[in-house]
Amino acid sequence: MIGIIDYGSGNVAAIMNVLRRKRIAHFLSGKPSELAEARSYILPGVGAFDPTMEALTRSGIVAALNEQVLEKRKNVLGICVGMHLLAEGSDEGMAPGLGWIRGRVRRIETARLDRPKLPHMGWNSVSPSGQSPLFRGIDADRGFYFLHSYYFAAADQADVAARVEYGEAMPCAVERGNVFGVQFHPEKSHSNGTRLFENFAELG
Amino acid sequence: MLRSRIVPSLLLRDGGLVKTRQFADDKYVGDPINAVKIFNEKEVDELAIFDIDATAQRHEPDYDLLKSIAAESRMPLCYGGGVTTAAQASRLLQLGFEKISINSAAVARPQLVREMADAIGTQSVVVTIDVRKAGLLGRHAIYTGNGRRQTKLKLTDFLGEVEALGAGEVIVNAIDRDGMMQGYDLALSRTVRDAISIPMTMLGGAGSPADMEQLIETVGTVGAAAGSLFVFTGVYRAVLISYARPAGAEPNG
Repeated sequence: MIGIIDYGSGNVAAIMNVLRRKRIAHFLSGKPSELAEARSYILPGVGAFDPTMEALTRSGIVAALNEQVLEKRKNVLGICVGMHLLAEGSDEGMAPGLGWIRGRVRRIETARLDRPKLPHMGWNSVSPSGQSPLFRGIDADRGFYFLHSYYFAAADQADVAARVEYGEAMPCAVERGNVFGVQFHPEKSHSNGTRLFENFAELG
Repeated sequence: MLRSRIVPSLLLRDGGLVKTRQFADDKYVGDPINAVKIFNEKEVDELAIFDIDATAQRHEPDYDLLKSIAAESRMPLCYGGGVTTAAQASRLLQLGFEKISINSAAVARPQLVREMADAIGTQSVVVTIDVRKAGLLGRHAIYTGNGRRQTKLKLTDFLGEVEALGAGEVIVNAIDRDGMMQGYDLALSRTVRDAISIPMTMLGGAGSPADMEQLIETVGTVGAAAGSLFVFTGVYRAVLISYARPAGAEPNG
C-alpha cells in the first residue's frame, strides 16, 4: 500500500488516477497515524521550493516521515519539487530541505542554450546511469515530460539514477537506498510514467 | 534531446468543445472528457484547453469540469480562461493543470504575471497573446476580448514585458489564421522567437503535419499547437478527433 503524502501541494489527482488504472493499492493522507500504515510513500510537490517546504513543515508530518523513511527504511518517491525537498537546500529559496540525499537544488545553467532557455519544458530523453529499478523497461529515448528551471545537484554521483541533457547533462533522477526522486512528471508521461510507477510499486 | 511539442488546442463553451474560424463561426465538436480519453490513448505531448466564454461572461473557471478533465488526463495540461488572480491560478494548479494561461487579464494588468509567478512558479505561468494583422503596414496588433478589442500595445514590447515579469511560456494565436488550415504565420513566429528566450507556442493555421514541420524548421524547438487539424477531417469539417505528429517530432525521431 503506497501512501501519497497529502500536504496541499502537488498533482495528487493525476497520480492517483494512474495508480487506480494499474490497480496499485494506495491511499491519500496527511495524518502521521494513517501514513504509518503505508509500506511506501509518494511525495508530490509543485510550485516554488520555500512555499512547498513550508507547507510540508506546517502539515506536521516531517518528524513522522523521518521515522518511516530513515529509521524504518520504507521506500519514498519524490516527484518534481517533491524530489527537490529530498535535498539539503535550494538556490530557489532559504528553507532547509529534508536532507535525505546529500546535495543542493540549483538553477539550470543556460550559457550553452540557444532559445528557448528556461524553463526546461517539454519531452526529453533520459539516460539511466546504472541498474536503477525505477527505469526497468523504460523507453529512454522517448523519455518523460519536464517542466522546471531548477535541478537536484546530488553531492555524490553514485546517488544519480538518471541524467537529462539540456545545455549540459544534469541529474533527473536520484536514488540512495530507499529514497528515490524524479524531476520529471511520471503522472503526465504516458506509458513511460505508468511503467515507472509500476516499478516503484514492485519495490514493495 | 528536448523535442518540439505538438499540442492539440481545445475550446470550451457551455461545457462542450467547439472549434472556431477566425474566432467566429464556432462548431460543436464534442465532449471534453471524451476528447481527453482519446488524446490519452494517442499519447499526445501536451493538451491546451481554453474556456472562450469565461472572460467575456466574467465568470470564473468552471472548476468542477476542470477537475474532471485533469483527473482523467495522463498528459500535461495548460488551461486558460477567466483567470484574473494568483489564487485562482494556485487552485487550478492543485486540480492538476501544469500551466495556467492568462490573456486579456495580462494586458489589463501585467503585474498579474508576476503575482502568478510568485504563487505557482514561473514555469507554470503562460501568457497567451491574440494577434491580427492591422493597419496599412500589416503589423501584428494585439487584441483582447476574443479578438474584439484592438490594443495599442506593440507586440515585441509586450513579449519582452511579460518575460521580464516572470512568464514561463508565451502562446501566440494568429486570429487571421484560426481555423483556416493554410499554415502558420511563419514571419510572426520568427518575430516572437527573436523577442524572447522563454519557450513559445504558435497557434493558428496548422492544416497538416507538414505545416508543423515547417514551423519547427523555422524557429527550432517550439510548441506547434492546432485545433482544426486534430478535430476535423475533410473539407466539410466532419468531426473526427485524431493526432498525427510531423516526422520531425516523432518520439524517437
